Amino acid sequence: MNIGWNRPAIRRDPGLTMGSDHDHPGDHHHPGTEEDITLSQPARRLLAMEELLVEKGVIGADDVRRVMDVIAARSPVDGARVVARAWMDPAFKLRLLEDPRAALAEVGYPPVSGSKLAVVENTERVHHLVVCSLCSCYPTSLLGPPPDWYKSFAYRSRAVVDPRGVMREFGLEFGEGVEVRVVDSAADLRYMVLPLRPEGTEGMAEEELVALVTRDSLVGVGVPNQPAVNP
Amino acid sequence: MNAVHDMGGLPSEQPIDRSEHHLMEWERRTGALVDVLREKRVINTDELRRGIEAIPPDEYRRLGYYERWSTSLEILLVEKGLLTKQEIDGRAATVGARWA
Repeated sequence: MNIGWNRPAIRRDPGLTMGSDHDHPGDHHHPGTEEDITLSQPARRLLAMEELLVEKGVIGADDVRRVMDVIAARSPVDGARVVARAWMDPAFKLRLLEDPRAALAEVGYPPVSGSKLAVVENTERVHHLVVCSLCSCYPTSLLGPPPDWYKSFAYRSRAVVDPRGVMREFGLEFGEGVEVRVVDSAADLRYMVLPLRPEGTEGMAEEELVALVTRDSLVGVGVPNQPAVNP
Repeated sequence: MNAVHDMGGLPSEQPIDRSEHHLMEWERRTGALVDVLREKRVINTDELRRGIEAIPPDEYRRLGYYERWSTSLEILLVEKGLLTKQEIDGRAATVGARWA
């Protein structure tokens, strides 16, 4: 049975890559090159497995498409909303840090599937950086899929031993007065950073605050955007 | 010696490549298929991880992220007797032919 998978009509979009690293050890990508438009063996085998599972009735014909839509709807904006709420409401913030699952349910998010979520708070004195050195554990149900660099061998190996060097590459630098804590995720425990609220945001509406929270600030390789200064 | 997946602290001078790529359709299908199979309790996260960690080091480094997922999933589905390697070989050839 054909699950609807065929070679896409547009194949030379320079922004499109296979995510396949055949000739490039160290998970390095070359977008848009010839090799990117072949379907690798593991990709073919994956599509083959999906077709066979449908035929055998292990999964339904529409299951994968349905879940693809669910995954596509997730984005860091959900995490940003939770952060803005915590900035606005100190009682909510306390609940978020103590029992993230319950606090998220309170604001209408579906339970984070399977594993436990921990929220770590950045302050003037302490900054947190999240990594998963073993694989790529990330709170995807709240933030969407992890960025490529989060899954890269360089980030996974370096973040735990040289967090300041890693953050510097993202343009983030702290003085010695700020303690840097690295939290290493695992399949059973995933982290989100509650970033420090930028100065000059007093009196801003929750929606305006949401717009300041970047994905990178939720992982700790960035800080929220500064509010635009009124002339 | 650490297993290949245990990368924390491995010597690395490599800069972080911050470029991001749009996931290809087959990569998004992989993520979704794994979620569906978890939902149906056919596999769980720990099994998927065990399969990924069982990939020989050279192959682990060579494969792309979702290629490692695909490789692990095949190990699990064959192990559980849901699919055979021969079936997957045959269908993968058909998929390849459709793609060509």
